[in-house]
Amino acid sequence: MIGRTLKELGAALAGREISSVELTQLHLDRIARLNPEINAFITVDAERSLAQARAADARLAAGEGGALTGIPIAQKDIFCAEGWRTTCGSKMLGDFVSPYDATVIEKFAAAGAVNLGKTNMDEFAMGSSNETSHFGPVRNPWDRTRVPGGSSGGSAAAVAALMAPAATGTDTGGSIRQPAALCNLTGLKPTYGVVSRWGMIAFASSLDQAGPMARTAEDCGLMLNAMAGFDDRDSTSLERETEDYCRELAANVGEKPLSGLKIGLPKEFFGEGCDAGVMACVQEAIAEYRRLGAETVEVSLPNMRLAVPAYYVIAPAEASSNLSRYDGVRYGYRAPDYADLDDMYRKTRAQGFGAEVKRRILIGTYVLSHGYYDAYYLQAQRIRRLIADDFVAAFRQCDVILGPTSPCTAFGLGEKAADPVQMYLSDIYTIAVNLAGLPGMSIPCGFSAGLPVGLQLIGDYFAEARLLNVAHRYQQATDWHLKTPDA
Amino acid sequence: MSLTLEQVRRVAHLARIDISESEAESTLGHLNGIFSLIEAMQAVDTRGIEPMAHARDVAQRLREDRVTEENRRAAFQAVAPETEAGLYLVPKVIE
Repeated sequence: MIGRTLKELGAALAGREISSVELTQLHLDRIARLNPEINAFITVDAERSLAQARAADARLAAGEGGALTGIPIAQKDIFCAEGWRTTCGSKMLGDFVSPYDATVIEKFAAAGAVNLGKTNMDEFAMGSSNETSHFGPVRNPWDRTRVPGGSSGGSAAAVAALMAPAATGTDTGGSIRQPAALCNLTGLKPTYGVVSRWGMIAFASSLDQAGPMARTAEDCGLMLNAMAGFDDRDSTSLERETEDYCRELAANVGEKPLSGLKIGLPKEFFGEGCDAGVMACVQEAIAEYRRLGAETVEVSLPNMRLAVPAYYVIAPAEASSNLSRYDGVRYGYRAPDYADLDDMYRKTRAQGFGAEVKRRILIGTYVLSHGYYDAYYLQAQRIRRLIADDFVAAFRQCDVILGPTSPCTAFGLGEKAADPVQMYLSDIYTIAVNLAGLPGMSIPCGFSAGLPVGLQLIGDYFAEARLLNVAHRYQQATDWHLKTPDA
Repeated sequence: MSLTLEQVRRVAHLARIDISESEAESTLGHLNGIFSLIEAMQAVDTRGIEPMAHARDVAQRLREDRVTEENRRAAFQAVAPETEAGLYLVPKVIE
């Protein structure tokens, strides 16, 4: 059962080949064996997981199961889950046991999925390597001297090492897609507003979006069906008709399933700055897409080079505001010794936040401060508009946009940790998608020197079903996504 | 542009984060590196471009003014560092 897809596990549970309790226990056993080294989970609570599994078995026995009923799914530790320690990878929330469920957690529970545990992540989702976590770095199951990517690095490593059949992630600048690429997974960041942010600990609220990380596009579709939907507790949640994100996947479409599809190749994704080994895999994927019937067309995103600069103004600005709530008064860490209230705030925040989080709070505070707001924050928002408009123009010429997810494969632990700028440039191909609010995916497309390479697919607003189909047809023709690291 | 140590201390003060002298110095180096990346924005002429504050241009929803939440004070205060009689305790601020 270990290593099967969600779809296969759903069939096994429905066919009584295995119970949810047995399936959950199998994964808990694997976590117990592998997690001490991989460090993909911050919190495992076998009792809670097994209680959910027993309830799922009862539902299945009553014939009331759905696609995810009884399947254990790991949850990024950014989602508040009632009764579970929810740390967001920070000392600040090191002992925080959530008194409520995030909407995403509620929706998985309603679908009968089992919460398999809370996965490690960069502190407050700020990082691209999982090295900023207060709970230690995560090791990439493909090479344990390397990072899994971030910020959803624990989720990625958990699924790659087959400790979990699937996991949730969140993506503010690439935090689902980049770790999916570095760990050979399929990950989807939906259109901004499709998945509720309620109970998902905020980093940069105009960019944060949750999504699935799994082994196939089909599994991502099953998870998105459970996660998506309007929620009046999130003021930016979109009121839309319910969709079946898997609706295009079942059709029998013959040898050229993607004929008529126009794939845009932005010239800015194919210039300098990308490893040759990564680019070779991406080029081979383009050839495969042509064999599947797709047509390719060169497009341009002329303001792409400004995405990282604009992002490192906007995201820290929003973070400095969001993280002002951590003051040691209502929840979370409080410094043990202080002279007065102001001193308590300063010491609590100095001791509770790690170096990268502090850096981003300081950048954000600076760009929002008197005299700098127009030059930085407003300028970044205007550039954000230019970037979004570039995508609008590109989608007049094509149906999906394709390129690399990450300019490199998994890098060594410690390799970029001392230089924030090098780390930020890990996300050059993913950040623009968040600024525009578009859906994006990463799917496995080969290996370079034994390490996984991710292919990025970007869709127009609300084109998740189409993106999943474009990914699924590639996965029917290739087997990169089925490769797993040696245990 | 390049920040000064004084500016780093000032911003840390605004953010209510204690910062030691050695931290301020290493932070200064990192922030200057990051701002040299950000500076690429400044050469772009954005006159007449409407700032984009959000991924989707949608208006805030209005709702009926009615009670939507039950009182869960005990559960929410159970995670606070210090409470007494339903109140959050902080160091004395009024003499």
